[in-house]
Amino acid sequence: ESKKMSSELFTLTYGALVTQLCKDYENDEDVNKQLDKMGYNIGVRLIEDFLARSNVGRCHDFRETADVIAKVAFKMYLGITPSITNWSPAGDEFSLILENNPLVDFVELPDNHSSLIYSNLLCGVLRGALEMVRLHFSPR
Amino acid sequence: MADSPLFQALHMEMAHALCAEQEKGLGALEGVGFRVGQGLSERLTKETPSFKDELDVLKFLCKDLWMTVFKKQVDNLRTNHQGTYMLQDNQFLLLSQLSNGKQYLEEAPKFLAFTCGLVKGALSNLGFDSTVTAEVPVMPSSKFQVVIQKS
Repeated sequence: ESKKMSSELFTLTYGALVTQLCKDYENDEDVNKQLDKMGYNIGVRLIEDFLARSNVGRCHDFRETADVIAKVAFKMYLGITPSITNWSPAGDEFSLILENNPLVDFVELPDNHSSLIYSNLLCGVLRGALEMVRLHFSPR
Repeated sequence: MADSPLFQALHMEMAHALCAEQEKGLGALEGVGFRVGQGLSERLTKETPSFKDELDVLKFLCKDLWMTVFKKQVDNLRTNHQGTYMLQDNQFLLLSQLSNGKQYLEEAPKFLAFTCGLVKGALSNLGFDSTVTAEVPVMPSSKFQVVIQKS
């Protein structure tokens, strides 16, 4: 029960933040950019918390990285396990599918925000966190 | 589980990002807190019996709301019985990542604005208009003064 409230607290806070940013910025592109930037800063800090708690070692390839992100990190912070699909032949690109994204609970986007990427913070978090373990990539 | 590191990190980042354009920033932070306070008070009171009086509502804030957001209860609640309340938290979670010295005391308002809004929003949803101000006597403790507006 208290875990559920914690997660709702985060969801509510995030929702209120996006609402505020939509007021502050004229267009959705700028909101997306701001969310990504904030996510990046959070990711940079969160990776330390993650490494300290999870005890996972160094990943030897990108597939292992994908596994850790989906099965350990997402599970730990958001309580979900996204599925990993769409591997590119070279093994340098994959997709994470979030079937039940907790960030979008209680959210209904008005029609005039069609280009808003609501959960863009997550992309920034991934980018920031992975950069700290010397992996440069571009989530979208 | 989205436990508190994620909320703490988001709050920290929000405080920095929204206050980058000063002045308006604190108001914006308070606004975000207000909306969260409204939402949380709705969820938390879903199954509780209705409140007896004003003091009962304040006690709910100090216990249930504080527990949900800050993982502890308010340490001290005082009142003059005329609509003014003082909530004191000796180990305020949102200041826990700052140095305990005096060098960041000036920055403190940034980290309190969200919570002022939170309290105000929760009270507003339970039927009370209020003004909420905060101060930091010594890091990492904080005092919130709540004045209920009589209409």
